[in-house]
Amino acid sequence: MAEIKVDCTGETCPIPLVETRKALRKAKSGDIVEVIGTHPSSKKEIPMAVKALGLELLDIQEKDGVWRIRIRR
Amino acid sequence: MADKTTIIVHSGDMDKVYSALIIANGSLAMGMEASIFFTFWGLQRLKKGALEKGPLSKMNMFGLGKLMVKLKMKKVGVASLERLLQDFKELGGKILACDMTMEIMGIKKEDLREDLISDYCAVGTYVSEARASTITLFI
Repeated sequence: MAEIKVDCTGETCPIPLVETRKALRKAKSGDIVEVIGTHPSSKKEIPMAVKALGLELLDIQEKDGVWRIRIRR
Repeated sequence: MADKTTIIVHSGDMDKVYSALIIANGSLAMGMEASIFFTFWGLQRLKKGALEKGPLSKMNMFGLGKLMVKLKMKKVGVASLERLLQDFKELGGKILACDMTMEIMGIKKEDLREDLISDYCAVGTYVSEARASTITLFI
């Protein structure tokens, strides 16, 4: 199982969402995609996309305005 | 009904093309299909080298307003239209070009970004895409 990191710090709408989707498309079933970013709405909206795609949201953390979302493909 | 977004881009204004591409990319990112039908002034933006050339829909002030907005967008970290278009294609989005606009405005296929365009078509294609879509927009 690979772990794929996507750094979207400093990026705004819609890039964090788009980069997450691109990474999830490339990932294999069971792989973990970790997205890091600073755009506030994306922290709420990436989990919405994960739900819509029927994937598993593992964890959401935030520290000093930087959030980290982990998803299992 | 398919989980799909179909957008007509009639305007060639920079800010409106942004709206269309952001919504289209968001749709793909959230697991939907998406098609964008470029017509009239919108189709002008698919000519080679013309993507970023549209004016601002309001307060363009002969390009000064656009320049100010572009500087601000760069500061905030907004992606370029080119990047959004490439992402749209990479995520499986479809770009349709209106062939009637091409006839009216004397635009040839080779004048357009042929690498990005999935099909050259008319209202029938739009309707058949839109009738199966949950989201349809005219921008």
